[in-house]
Amino acid sequence: MSKVKVARKSTRIDMTAMSDVTVLLLTFFMLTSTFVKKEPVQVTTPASVSEIKIPETNILSILIDPKGKVFLSLDKQSDMVETLTSVGKDYGITFTPGEIKKFKILKTFGVPMKSMKAYLAMSSENQDKVLKDMGVPTDKTNNEFKSWIKNARVTNKDLRIAIKADQNTPYKVIKDVMSSLQDLRENRYNLITSLKKVSAK
Amino acid sequence: MSEIQTKDSGGGKKKKGGSKQKKISVFVDFTPMVDMNMLLITFFMLCTSLSKPQTMEINMPSNDKKITDADKSMVKASQAVTLLLTGGDSIFYYTGQPDYKDYNSLKLSSYKASGIRAFLLKRNSDAVSKIDDLKQKKLQLKMTQDQFTKQASEIKNGKNTPVVIIKATDKATYKNLIDALDEMQICNIGKYVIDTIAASDRFLLKNRAAKGAFSRAGGK
Repeated sequence: MSKVKVARKSTRIDMTAMSDVTVLLLTFFMLTSTFVKKEPVQVTTPASVSEIKIPETNILSILIDPKGKVFLSLDKQSDMVETLTSVGKDYGITFTPGEIKKFKILKTFGVPMKSMKAYLAMSSENQDKVLKDMGVPTDKTNNEFKSWIKNARVTNKDLRIAIKADQNTPYKVIKDVMSSLQDLRENRYNLITSLKKVSAK
Repeated sequence: MSEIQTKDSGGGKKKKGGSKQKKISVFVDFTPMVDMNMLLITFFMLCTSLSKPQTMEINMPSNDKKITDADKSMVKASQAVTLLLTGGDSIFYYTGQPDYKDYNSLKLSSYKASGIRAFLLKRNSDAVSKIDDLKQKKLQLKMTQDQFTKQASEIKNGKNTPVVIIKATDKATYKNLIDALDEMQICNIGKYVIDTIAASDRFLLKNRAAKGAFSRAGGK
């Protein structure tokens, strides 16, 4: 009996096509992506039918977490530096170039002014840990929030204010923020929401 | 595809004797390349937000104390609808001037389509039907986007459209507020305002909860 000879087949798969596809996908993702900002608190925005997109530059975003802590972020580093120095002036604090440099790279900030220096001295890992429990004071006696907004507006005239709040935030907190903004005559701002599909009837 | 074959120029002549130069095939293995790409793709997919967040633009009334009563625009009582947002899924509303004596003038509704939306659509039926016509026209490409927005805002701010005043209690959440603002958009209401809740509104809510006990006590 003769053995059935199985022809030796090469098991090599040509990966070139696969590589082509992956490179294409990679290019697509690299071009379309905007990176997720690191935020100190997880925020779920409420859904709305509004379909206006938020502009990309000149945004001052106000992040409000369910417990009512307020954080701020600016998209331009030069604005951040100027705002910090002018807010520091309001509170009689001057920052060293080293501190300003550290502040510049922060994605989101929200620390009471009196602990700002100590906060900037921390390592970035510790900063992340601590930031959750901080937040800009918005109460009537010590309204640093107003000072931040006022000085940010002075530094950049085209700034748009966007409020991003968690859907379970009590209205009381929102009201405080909104009335602070009203006091500063900031009457136009955006509320960030996620998309919801609703039929009209 | 990823193979490069180099044929020796000598062809068959060198088969016998001489140096045995085989056909050299340079096969480039793309597997590690694919691995790396896949990794990068995964990284980008996880770290990016593809969709930009939506926003809602609102204009708040100015807080300026200098505004005299003459500058203030008064709202006709027949056009005004006041929404009182309390926590949970309930929403109270009254039209025109509140009737402090009758607790039933404050009506209970919800965020569902059959709730406040149905009521507002009915109130605003004139504008809603006009906007629907306008949308139809736009779909048939009879008008440009600019024309559409201009005419739509004209209709929305027309004379007999309702004016909605949104007042939220401290118990309400941000979601309630957004939902209420959403209804304004769905119902094509151009004139609405977010106001702080007044003591009289709190009284209305309390009175309704107590089924008119307060108004009876006050009336006597």
